[in-house]
Amino acid sequence: MKAAVLVFPGSNREGDVAQAIELVTGRRPQMVWHGDGDFEKTDLIVLPGGFSYGDYLRCGAMAAQSPVMAEVKKRAVQGVPVLAICNGFQIAAEAGLVPGVLMRNENLKFVCGDVHLKVETSQSLFTNRYQAGQVIKVPVAHAEGNYFADADTLKRLEDRGQVAFRYCAPDGTVDGSGNPNGSIQNIAGVFNETKTVMGLMPHPENAVEPLFGGCDGKALFEGLVEALT
Amino acid sequence: MTIAAEKDPPVKLPNEPQITPQIVAEHGLAPDEYERLLKIMGREPTMVELGIFSAMWSEHCSYKSSKVWLKKLPTKAAWVIQGPGENAGVIDIGDGQAAIFKMESHNHPSYIEPYQGAATGVGGILRDVFTMGARPIANINALRFGDPSHPKTRHLVSGVVAGIGGYGNCMGIPTVGGETNFHAAYNGNILVNAMTVGVAAKDRIFYAAAAGVGNPLVYVGSKTGRDGIHGATMASTEFNEDSEEKRPTVQVGDPFVEKLLLEACLELMATDAIVAIQDMGAAGLTSSSFEMAAKGGLGVVVELDKVPMRETGMNPYELMLSESQERMLIVLKPGREELARAIFEKWELDFAVIGHLTDTERMVLSWHGDVVANIPIPPLVTEAPMYERPWTLTELPPVLDSATVPSPKDWNASLIKLMSCPDLASKAWIWHQYDHLIMGNTSIRPQDGDAALVRVPKAPTGTSHKGLAITSDCTPRYVQAHPETGGRQAVAEAWRNITATGALPLAVTDNMNFGNPQKPEIMGQFAGAIMGMAEACTALEFPVVSGNVSLYNETEGRPILPTPTIGAVGVIEDITHAVDSRLTQAGLAIILIGETKGWLGQSLYLRELQGREEGAPPPVDLAVERRNGNFVRRQIWTGRVQACHDLSDGGLLVALTEMCLAGGTGVTVRQPAGTGIPSHAFFYGEDQARYLIASGSGDDILEAARKAGVPAVLLGYSGGAQLIVEGLVSLPLAEIRQAHEGWLPAYMDAVE
Repeated sequence: MKAAVLVFPGSNREGDVAQAIELVTGRRPQMVWHGDGDFEKTDLIVLPGGFSYGDYLRCGAMAAQSPVMAEVKKRAVQGVPVLAICNGFQIAAEAGLVPGVLMRNENLKFVCGDVHLKVETSQSLFTNRYQAGQVIKVPVAHAEGNYFADADTLKRLEDRGQVAFRYCAPDGTVDGSGNPNGSIQNIAGVFNETKTVMGLMPHPENAVEPLFGGCDGKALFEGLVEALT
Repeated sequence: MTIAAEKDPPVKLPNEPQITPQIVAEHGLAPDEYERLLKIMGREPTMVELGIFSAMWSEHCSYKSSKVWLKKLPTKAAWVIQGPGENAGVIDIGDGQAAIFKMESHNHPSYIEPYQGAATGVGGILRDVFTMGARPIANINALRFGDPSHPKTRHLVSGVVAGIGGYGNCMGIPTVGGETNFHAAYNGNILVNAMTVGVAAKDRIFYAAAAGVGNPLVYVGSKTGRDGIHGATMASTEFNEDSEEKRPTVQVGDPFVEKLLLEACLELMATDAIVAIQDMGAAGLTSSSFEMAAKGGLGVVVELDKVPMRETGMNPYELMLSESQERMLIVLKPGREELARAIFEKWELDFAVIGHLTDTERMVLSWHGDVVANIPIPPLVTEAPMYERPWTLTELPPVLDSATVPSPKDWNASLIKLMSCPDLASKAWIWHQYDHLIMGNTSIRPQDGDAALVRVPKAPTGTSHKGLAITSDCTPRYVQAHPETGGRQAVAEAWRNITATGALPLAVTDNMNFGNPQKPEIMGQFAGAIMGMAEACTALEFPVVSGNVSLYNETEGRPILPTPTIGAVGVIEDITHAVDSRLTQAGLAIILIGETKGWLGQSLYLRELQGREEGAPPPVDLAVERRNGNFVRRQIWTGRVQACHDLSDGGLLVALTEMCLAGGTGVTVRQPAGTGIPSHAFFYGEDQARYLIASGSGDDILEAARKAGVPAVLLGYSGGAQLIVEGLVSLPLAEIRQAHEGWLPAYMDAVE
């Protein structure tokens, strides 16, 4: 699997996701500077976490207008898979690659720590190594992860199985106790209609080694390798 | 442009006021210090020159009250690459790698404007570390707030925590640990001490000493604005009721720009273009340009009109004294300007050649062709005021007889009360607002161990992954009671915290927070703390490699508790051998290492349950400290130890409870027979040099301890969901957890 990780001014988890990809593929992904309109053909595009453009204006809003995003949108339409994590999710939402928006956390504070996620489907490039209903533990780190979409969009998402992950309690119960940011219907990650783009707030890239946060995020990358190699 | 007459007296600026004794006083210079200035200059200074002297001779920049004492600290060891005097300290951690670190205070600004004060404190210490060529890998912080019931405390906690998180999170550097205390003595002066640790290749470290006459002086980063003018002078006086008016002297941080600056500097550092580099911290362009030239034995010409400015109408005085953030000064090799410019422009940062080095040993500043300041550099350094201020040592208070301290009426309630008191309550509300996991190298998370543990990026020649253990410590109530013991204890506890992870303690950064040094009893606290620290650092081979002094932490004559915060770093060669303090398995033997005498003087039990702050603090026997610590570390290396925790605030029972809560496993223990110590002194006493270890059967460790002559005793075993001390305490962990984790969120959510 050849992967490209985009780097915007203010990105800061590009190294973490590159490390995770290298761990499962044995190969360092290509790092693509935001100013470059064109980049090598790849099997996967990653929009990493961080504070692109300082998160000034609105998270992801400025990066979504970056030259390289025009190219990303073009390739996404052609079916190139896009994994958008945290600030990357915010950028993808601003760019219209996935439905919904990410608002300030309900308690208005930055939140960092492990959360539990319920895997909603194993039927995707990103989740094929998980079981539907499985509970995994991965960290979050964000101030604007409060997912929202209007009622029609939500219904469409649910009907078409576009919800990838939901925040849950350690036993898998989906209720307010496991929801770190106030996201509607506990949504932590969503797909686009074709399930070739996934946006999620949690950081599977920070859960790939036993001594450093556990390994529950590793299967996401292994699944991608399996699907894209 | 050439400046023809470097030695000419400078021109005065339009509307420049006549220098009066009042103007001199407003610049924080004492009359005799002004006399000294006149002797150096041989004439009346211009306002710009007066401003430069004022900043350079401020307590904050010159260490004039503390220097004579700081010299007494040990700063050398085989592994020390750079001791105090540079932007940060540097130690050798093996495999061709160096750890670069420092702790610095931002106390005064954080009280006046908590969010920006704390944020720019983090920004400043990060710059100190990456200026030297290191990529920062971890931040920690030590915070002291006033009494929770004080009307300002909640607002200050909220602002400081948000500010630290806001800056560090955006920079992408994990904030992995720290400490937070509350005490009424900090009501008018909170302490915000921030520490950054970075890693660099040992042969790629950058220093501030300028070299090469004619080499270009380059300004990079943010534009200069009017913020923070005279911040260093503000931080060198006591507060009074008008301090709020000083808000404009607090700088405003932009972590996004600092992130770009970090990446741009590291990119430039990978080339061979840099001769010297220095960040602009306190006293901005003044101290950075001055220090670079002074350290290199050179002169410097700065064309101030070339400095990138944020607003129009700024004058040389403001440019020299602004403390605008996210700026660096670089001396480049000749001909490398365009290479450097391309890198900074790629990162969308300002880049300007603003001057060059000379051999005159003078600082000459020009403004549209006119010389506006012309100062000889060496005398400003060598003739700087240095005070041997009068000092009186605090006498050791009488030792409190533990037998006179009542035992708890209700043991369960006593433990709940201690675990939920402001100093011991969980600080999860704070550290969940810090990104402590970014970079994917955090092995011991906040609250899971005595020190944070982060993985060091693998060196090209390295065989295993090293870990750095990082901690900060100080027990101000001990220092207040007896500064020498308190200074010794702060160092010993930092050393112990690192040891408890299995890492080898290597070096210290100190952040000395005290009151007004012009009072002999305050200067005596400083002197005493230094004596104690020096003794401990020597005995434990734990040299001081960097530090910072913050004096005048007083409001209306009321000083803070003397707080010499000790930041420390240790290394473990293979991070997989490290342990944390979480009790995660049933059936483990719980072993107490070290001697228990039941010392209740200055204990939290005495303060929180008896309402008394009295007695001598627990003595620190450094030889015992070293023996016990080395024993514990060796046991961890053998792989026998499942969890380890040092004993400090609250004593044995608090440490044991913390282990249970962190790992979610209960224990059943009892006081061993024949100790001859009252139970409350045994379980809540704060004797030093002690650890709790959880291990398989425990027999091998007890046997090893017997052979090594280290006191060790089996207390009981892990298991269940309750904490049981036979005959005394029986509590479900869930109940303790609720009290322990509930206090801070409930306090912060309460309506004022």
